[in-house]
Amino acid sequence: MFDDFFIRALVAGIGVAFVTGPLGCFVIWRRLSYFGDTLAHSALLGVTLAFTMEFNIALSVFIISSLIALTLIQLQKRTNLPGDALLGLLAHSSLAVGLVVIGFLTFIRFDIMGLLFGDILAVTVDDLLIIWVGGAVILLILKLIWKPLFASTVNYELAEAEGLNPDRAKAIFTILMAAIIAISIKMVGLLLITGMLIIPAAMARNISSSPQKMVIYSIIGGLLSVILGLFTSLEFNTSSGPSIITAALFLFILSLFNIKQSIKLKN
Amino acid sequence: MNANQNILVKLKDAGFKINDKWLVQGVSLQVEKGKIVTLIGPNGSGKSTTAKIALGIYKKIEGEVEKYTNKIGYVPQKISIDWTLPLRVNDFMVLTESLKNEIIDEALSLTGVIHLKDKNLGDLSGGEFQRVLLARAISKKPELLVLDEPVQGVDFTGEIALYELIKKISDELNCGILLISHDLHTVMSATDHVVCLNGHVCCSGTPLDVAKNNEYKALFGEQASQILSRYEHRHDHIHTDEGKIKKN
Repeated sequence: MFDDFFIRALVAGIGVAFVTGPLGCFVIWRRLSYFGDTLAHSALLGVTLAFTMEFNIALSVFIISSLIALTLIQLQKRTNLPGDALLGLLAHSSLAVGLVVIGFLTFIRFDIMGLLFGDILAVTVDDLLIIWVGGAVILLILKLIWKPLFASTVNYELAEAEGLNPDRAKAIFTILMAAIIAISIKMVGLLLITGMLIIPAAMARNISSSPQKMVIYSIIGGLLSVILGLFTSLEFNTSSGPSIITAALFLFILSLFNIKQSIKLKN
Repeated sequence: MNANQNILVKLKDAGFKINDKWLVQGVSLQVEKGKIVTLIGPNGSGKSTTAKIALGIYKKIEGEVEKYTNKIGYVPQKISIDWTLPLRVNDFMVLTESLKNEIIDEALSLTGVIHLKDKNLGDLSGGEFQRVLLARAISKKPELLVLDEPVQGVDFTGEIALYELIKKISDELNCGILLISHDLHTVMSATDHVVCLNGHVCCSGTPLDVAKNNEYKALFGEQASQILSRYEHRHDHIHTDEGKIKKN
């Protein structure tokens, strides 16, 4: 059944949406949008590395993104530059270095558009395996660190005082971010992965009254975006990433109209 | 190591500094099961810092902290919650520990805010939120409660009721309480041990001992030591006719 490229893309996208839903909520709650962007931009370096060393793309993206995340944490400790400047520095310099390296690799033909914006034709059965197994592992780990991560998102000192070890949870979450970027890069493309994380979660924020509901709506929003986006992509021959993100934007706009009603319902 | 089985947390000559400025220095105290230890002192004297040292929030400290329990309930003085989170009172109650519904209800009833259970946390008033904070801290049935100005913003009758509740909780759960309070009435009536801070421990002992202490008198004024239907605080606030404390 996975012979058809479209079915493969659909199965891959659904797997990605299950993971970006809950992670995206934390990206919004913890204000990590630009952090996600930075990791995603650095993914290009990971991709070039994978091509030069004939290495698995998801794995090398994961490694490079994790390294960038660790570098960021070190820079935050050692310099007086503000966080957003450091993020911009890492995001653009790693993207630039990645593009320069691609320029040297003349012996490999790169589909740059596919890398940047996602390419459903490129999804293989191996990718499906990586997405679903990797995704399941990410969700399992997220479930294990949910309590300390969520508590420290609400208030760091309460979590620390009551013995939940928020620093460890934060470090693990950073690794999970690198992992989701690694497994979703082929579907959504590295320029738009953060959109897949935050737009369905932002939509969910508009219509939910509790954190659990927001996570569930965020997953549903992601699933709908993937399905809508991929069908559009097939129909109009557009890149899969922009099509999925446009569908997510469409859902977000719909959720804005729902706000007034849901406020009335609550009261 | 713990010679006295009742000790929950012990500070030995503890201090904390940021950028070479000491927030507090040389604090030794211990909180035991069933006892209430109160920190008093003017603004900026290091009361909250001392509480955070005891809780392990500040890690790079001087001196030693020995903690003998992990069942801790904390009511911080300042709490900034990011309202990008859709968070109801009910969700907040189970923030650090999963609790049964009856236990949540019981705690919220004790602090008089059970009717707010399904409200959004961002919609509460300051006093209501303070009651929720206290309910959350006690609902876990902690061995150690650290309460940093737990009744700030609560109305006058509520203040008395909540202090009575805190005393009752200390007796019923046999938990130790580290309390920070501006209200010397409470300090004198319910506390077992008072530590008066002013960047360092200026004096400590039973409420009566402290009230007689000269340094305490110098810090809080003569009237404060006359156990204390009214007291005058020279540093940061005055007393209104209702007996409330008003910040300058």
